[in-house]
Amino acid sequence: MSVAYREKAQVLDEGALDRALTRIAHEIVEQAGGVKDIALVGIKTRGVTLGQRIAAKIAAIEGGQKPAVGALDITLYRDDLGLKAEQPVVRGTEIPFPIKGRTVVLVDDVLFTGRTIRAALDALMDLGRPRVIRLAVLVDRGHRELPIRPDYIGKNLPTSRRETVAVLLREHDGTDRVVIQEPAEREEGEPQPKARRANMESPSERSEEGEPQPKARRANMDSPPERSEG
Amino acid sequence: MTWKRKDLLSMQDLEAGEIRDVLDTAESMKEIATREIKKVPTLRGKTVVNLFYESSTRTRTSFEIAGKWLSADVINFSASGSSAEKGESLLDTAKNIEAMSPDVVVVRHKASGAPAMLARNLRCAVVNAGDGAHEHPTQALLDLLTIREKKGHLEGLNVTIVGDVAHSRVARSDIHGMKTMGITVTVAGPPTLIPAACQELGVKVSHRLEEAIAHADVIMMLRLQHERMTAGFIPSLREYSRVWGLSPDKLKHCRSDVLIMHPGPVNRGVELSPEVADGPYSVILDQVTNGVAVRMAVLYLLAGSKGA
Repeated sequence: MSVAYREKAQVLDEGALDRALTRIAHEIVEQAGGVKDIALVGIKTRGVTLGQRIAAKIAAIEGGQKPAVGALDITLYRDDLGLKAEQPVVRGTEIPFPIKGRTVVLVDDVLFTGRTIRAALDALMDLGRPRVIRLAVLVDRGHRELPIRPDYIGKNLPTSRRETVAVLLREHDGTDRVVIQEPAEREEGEPQPKARRANMESPSERSEEGEPQPKARRANMDSPPERSEG
Repeated sequence: MTWKRKDLLSMQDLEAGEIRDVLDTAESMKEIATREIKKVPTLRGKTVVNLFYESSTRTRTSFEIAGKWLSADVINFSASGSSAEKGESLLDTAKNIEAMSPDVVVVRHKASGAPAMLARNLRCAVVNAGDGAHEHPTQALLDLLTIREKKGHLEGLNVTIVGDVAHSRVARSDIHGMKTMGITVTVAGPPTLIPAACQELGVKVSHRLEEAIAHADVIMMLRLQHERMTAGFIPSLREYSRVWGLSPDKLKHCRSDVLIMHPGPVNRGVELSPEVADGPYSVILDQVTNGVAVRMAVLYLLAGSKGA
């Protein structure tokens, strides 16, 4: 699939993104009544980065007490394996602490259909029995296909299904911002517009780190069951 | 991810990127073995058939565990106690099994090329689990995973393969895979057990053990395959063991960080002395552990994609 996307609007700039994470950190601490027993589990790849940032903010709020941060790969729990031409990359789960009895906050960048979160819940349950699982997302773009609801939201963002939401983070993309993108369509009487950026990753895949071009993980409208749209 | 194949038949076919895909996937799979509940739902509803016409402990068990940890249904078929004994041909048996809609058939057969023949005739994925003296690709992949894990990288390493290279499908798969990954391979053994055309695979040949292992990062000891030796390759087991067996005093000439590997089953006291097999340099059991991870990766890549 090689649909080209162009940026339609910027939703969060660096400052707004940071303030959203600060607020989420405060809400987590307030609801849990402290840091004790809190563990943050980010969904790979950008959820892990956001989880680490939220953990650092919680540490700042709570006088240096930093909650544990784990990384969850949901590939082995996807509901669309075998429906795709190519197998998604298995990236591995790293949760080096027991989650039994803890308050686990799942962290992801964009909440879309909810299928990623369904997979993440199954994956977590296989690792132990947390006391409670909560969900923190930077952007909730709507269009849920499952009865799943976030507890902490950075930004509610009404979108159309044909658009994608790209969360760009310094660690992966060299910049901190959230943008809405739409398919670049040919306009009448104009030559085919040049793609701002070829679709460098299959929408189903978590982007990889260390590549020269900034890559946006997109929630794409073409195939709702795919990974990146949860 | 560059994996596009329907089947896994040989290391000779695989490109470096494909090998890296399998190793990376296998590395991620290893975490499952550390869990209390060793099961993920990935291949739910998929069927894996182990079609083994030759005896095997490690490989068959390892494919079975790999399939089960991924939630596939695994059916074991062995030639003894089946209609193969009544004279049914390999292809007929395979066609009958295919009629029961498996997703992956794992085949081991004494005839080189048997898995490739099945792959051409079956719609499902076929994995070569050892065909005659031809190839044993999952063994080579688990060897590469073990080396990469212990050494941190593959490119530029020196690996010496010692022993019965002529009868060894493991050696052949290892040589192809290692060359592809930029490893320098030396084979060593008595001239009767080193094929004349060995150099054509791009390996160095040595007929002195001490010289061959002196600079090796990894020593891969092969099993002396009594069952494939019809006559006269070696004067006696005792002499072979004295000249080509790896014992503690021969290890003195090696690098201090050398890895000793063996595809199993070990003929203790023949190619490996017990002190070496159980010693600090030995990673033989790591190989077995990695075997499950590699086979999980292979089943995932083959059974999960579309059309499998």
